Amino acid sequence: MTDSNGSDRKFKWVGTRPIRHDGVDKVTGRAHYGADFDLPGMLHAHVLRSPHAHARIRRIDASKALALEGVKAVITSDDIPELPLDEASGPTNFSDLSRNVLARDKVLYHGHAVAAVAATSTRIAQEALSLIEVDYEPLPHVLDIRAAMAPGAPILHDHMRTKGLKEAPDEPSNIASKMELTRGDVDQALAEADFVIEREFETATVHQGYIEPHACVAQTNEDGQTTVWASSQGHFMIRAYSARLLRLDISQIKVIPMEIGGGFGGKTTVYLEPLAIVLSRKTGRPVKAVMTREEVFRATGPAPATLINVKFGANRDGKIVAAKCELFYEAGAFPGSPVAAGAMCILAPFDLDHFTIEGYDVVLNKPKTAAYRAPGAPPAAFAAETVIDEIARELEIDPLDLRRNNAVSKGSQAAYGPKFSDIGLIETLDALRKHPHYEAPLGENQGRGCAVGFWFNAGMQSSAEVKLNEDGTAVVVEGCPDIGGSRASLAIMAAEELGIDVYKVRPVVADTEAVGINDNTGGSRVTFATGMAVIEASQDVVRQCCERAANIWDIDAKDVIWQDGCAVATGDGAKKLDEEGKLPSMPIAEIAAGAARTGGPITGKASLNARGAGPAFAVHLVDVEVDRETGKVDIVRYTTVQDAGRAIHPSYVEGQMQGGAAQGIGWALNEEYVYDADGVLANPGFLDYRMPVALDLPMIDTVVVEVPNPRHPYGVRGVGEVPIVPPIPAIANAIHDATGVRMRKLPMSPPNLLAELTRAGRA
Amino acid sequence: MATVILPARFSDWTGGVEHVDVDARDVRQLIRALDERFPGLGEKLRDGVAIAIDGEIINDPLLEPVEPDSEVHFLPPISGG
Amino acid sequence: MARKTHVQATINGEQTEFLCQPHESLSEVLRNELDMTGTKEGCTTGDCGACSVLLDGRLVCGCLVLAVEADGSEITTIEGMATGQQLHPLQQKFLEHAALQCGICTPGFLVAAKALLEHNPDPSEHEVRYWLSGNLCRCTGYDKIIAAVLDAAQTMGGDAR
Repeated sequence: MTDSNGSDRKFKWVGTRPIRHDGVDKVTGRAHYGADFDLPGMLHAHVLRSPHAHARIRRIDASKALALEGVKAVITSDDIPELPLDEASGPTNFSDLSRNVLARDKVLYHGHAVAAVAATSTRIAQEALSLIEVDYEPLPHVLDIRAAMAPGAPILHDHMRTKGLKEAPDEPSNIASKMELTRGDVDQALAEADFVIEREFETATVHQGYIEPHACVAQTNEDGQTTVWASSQGHFMIRAYSARLLRLDISQIKVIPMEIGGGFGGKTTVYLEPLAIVLSRKTGRPVKAVMTREEVFRATGPAPATLINVKFGANRDGKIVAAKCELFYEAGAFPGSPVAAGAMCILAPFDLDHFTIEGYDVVLNKPKTAAYRAPGAPPAAFAAETVIDEIARELEIDPLDLRRNNAVSKGSQAAYGPKFSDIGLIETLDALRKHPHYEAPLGENQGRGCAVGFWFNAGMQSSAEVKLNEDGTAVVVEGCPDIGGSRASLAIMAAEELGIDVYKVRPVVADTEAVGINDNTGGSRVTFATGMAVIEASQDVVRQCCERAANIWDIDAKDVIWQDGCAVATGDGAKKLDEEGKLPSMPIAEIAAGAARTGGPITGKASLNARGAGPAFAVHLVDVEVDRETGKVDIVRYTTVQDAGRAIHPSYVEGQMQGGAAQGIGWALNEEYVYDADGVLANPGFLDYRMPVALDLPMIDTVVVEVPNPRHPYGVRGVGEVPIVPPIPAIANAIHDATGVRMRKLPMSPPNLLAELTRAGRA
Repeated sequence: MATVILPARFSDWTGGVEHVDVDARDVRQLIRALDERFPGLGEKLRDGVAIAIDGEIINDPLLEPVEPDSEVHFLPPISGG
Repeated sequence: MARKTHVQATINGEQTEFLCQPHESLSEVLRNELDMTGTKEGCTTGDCGACSVLLDGRLVCGCLVLAVEADGSEITTIEGMATGQQLHPLQQKFLEHAALQCGICTPGFLVAAKALLEHNPDPSEHEVRYWLSGNLCRCTGYDKIIAAVLDAAQTMGGDAR
């Protein structure tokens, strides 16, 4: 029985900054991540990967490898079930996933897994890989999205027919699907607009860049029960996907979540786990599989390279009247790029009556893409927010004012369909306007740019239990791996409901057998959805405590309320206690101590499919300094403003804002996959896939705006993803402000910027 | 009657119709009604969609209630990263 | 399999010995032979700093040092930073400033920061950033890490005075 969104509530713990409960383990090195776990008799697994970007597999001969002393098993796709091509559940096609985990019939990218070996040491396993003979028939490959869509392109999947067209085609294609969003009459509106701007944008493949490579250990008992210790963004997902791919009962697999060293979406799927499971079944021994950094880059899912065309129509009064957008995203070897999300986000901040958005999902011979923090949205924002800046310049309107004049607000119809409820776009724009950064003077060769970002945020399933200990302390059992401090936020919410000290709450991330189903840690959903489950489970405990108190006092349960961790009698109940000379207040510790006598242990639980996730808006402001001789861009000052709904633990909200900004900065200025003509990645390591280091960044200012989400008891909105959306266009706009040059290709790295500066005569 | 907005990707079944008024108490009834009107659409809507009912997005809804004046959108499920 | 070499070293103040093969790195041996998994492996090519340890007082990547090279040396790892039940001020400040999100880079940063403050007890923000540029963090954007190190420097300097 809480206030909706908590607007008028006085919080005791929400909004404070307690030290995270798992913190000491992490600063002492005691916490166990995926590769930190070993078992006696354990074997080491390594994967043989394709040397070709596209080839038919004629034959695999593992006999020499098996003959090597210390090799216990070799597996290929013969050892896993063949799934029908259309086996899918929602957006996940399990046949594709199976063929990505181990190639069947064909390899589709350099690095594609072909076989796996389990041996008594890593050295022996690696030697065994070189002894596996694979007879390949190389096929023509395609690495460029335009080439992949062109007639006559090498076809990756003979059965693929473009979905979503008006007439279903009967020729195979590399265009997996087309989607479309339309409203009004865009051609008419563009024709009537005072002026039209049309631009093309190109972005490169980038990786999430998590520091911890994928790692797991699998062990199968003689009775067929498998246990997997894995770091991931979802141990329930690992269980479900592995069971599906291997045709096992879900109850045959238990997944124990290790701590995770970064994911950002890249660990919301499986690569090694099914292989380790099959190897452990085949050998009867525990099997450990850890990727090398090179494998992470060559073979795990990056975020797609994209081509985006936008055409905006605007009037001189500052109103944007129409937009036409075409998004082409590289899915990699199998369909499933986030082009739909990109298409849904690209116009989301704008209140428009006329638009057409088309999105194309295109396969080619590169690794199958995976989610990366607000998947699909950053390239889309790069396109839209750069053109918005051009319009602002053209109209000589302040860029924040232009956005404000066209901003969506409560009741606006989102570009992707539904009407917005309470949202905070205007509030974030106004907060930035007032920030001292906005008016601070700029130096020579410096420029300033801003951009808006949007992300939906997910709800989905969460389960939690809150268990009252005999002394009134509590345990919160949940099932979302803690990737960024969520244990602390969940403990805060439980402490708030129970009315006890946050350090008297122990948050636990439990395995798949010990807690109800939880969807992934991702989608900016944990504080929202798992938080909702924890709040409900805590309220369940409170309800039970009030009932117990009522029974002990022998008064009506409706006369008992919960206040500051105590059951408090009111009304007639209070009168009765007063007459009896009894205190009308019973602390949680007393109720807990008497639980056995009054009915048994007090446990609250909740399992839900959370609805009403609140979308998030953010606006970023950046000052850059451009070295015109080298094209190097330095980030001189950075301010992020974001609507968090309600910041449960402000430090971790700020952390998401800063971390997302840093990733966006890297994406903007330097990160890209470099492929050679054979489809081999030339920079599969941190030296040449250059992510920002401490010296590349300044302190990142954070302003948290709170427009509570009406559908969460405390008003929470997801915060994790939206911060990666504005940086790229903000930086592009700042570079233009500094140099007059518009960058429309990523990354805006020194050679690329220098080339543009030279072309424009401004080097 | 709830108003359902169907995205262009279902045009194979809807023949391009975008706005449909449906009488239904919950999502399951709504899908059944749509399937009656556009045969084959039901199966597409049942698996792997997200629905926004009056602006709130829910993944895999079936028994979610639909009000007489609700606006319902079918969306691709976005799970994030 | 090559014959194993017997190595003796002082690790976190304690005399330790182990057997290792010539090709094994110090990180591998710490993690696999000695069960000291606090030192993490992000790349094994010296690019990420997650395996930072101190070797005879010098900050090194454990993945770039052969275990046999450590014979007769003094090694400090993350496991040796706290004293008994007392966290090192850097560890405490990291917690207070929320300078970690996933925490995988944290041991490396703490060892590197410890080396910095032993070398330069009163660094500027720029000096801290420069010294820590050999440690990659993908979660935090470094802001709170830098703040924690500067705060720890104050605290530790204050105690010395």
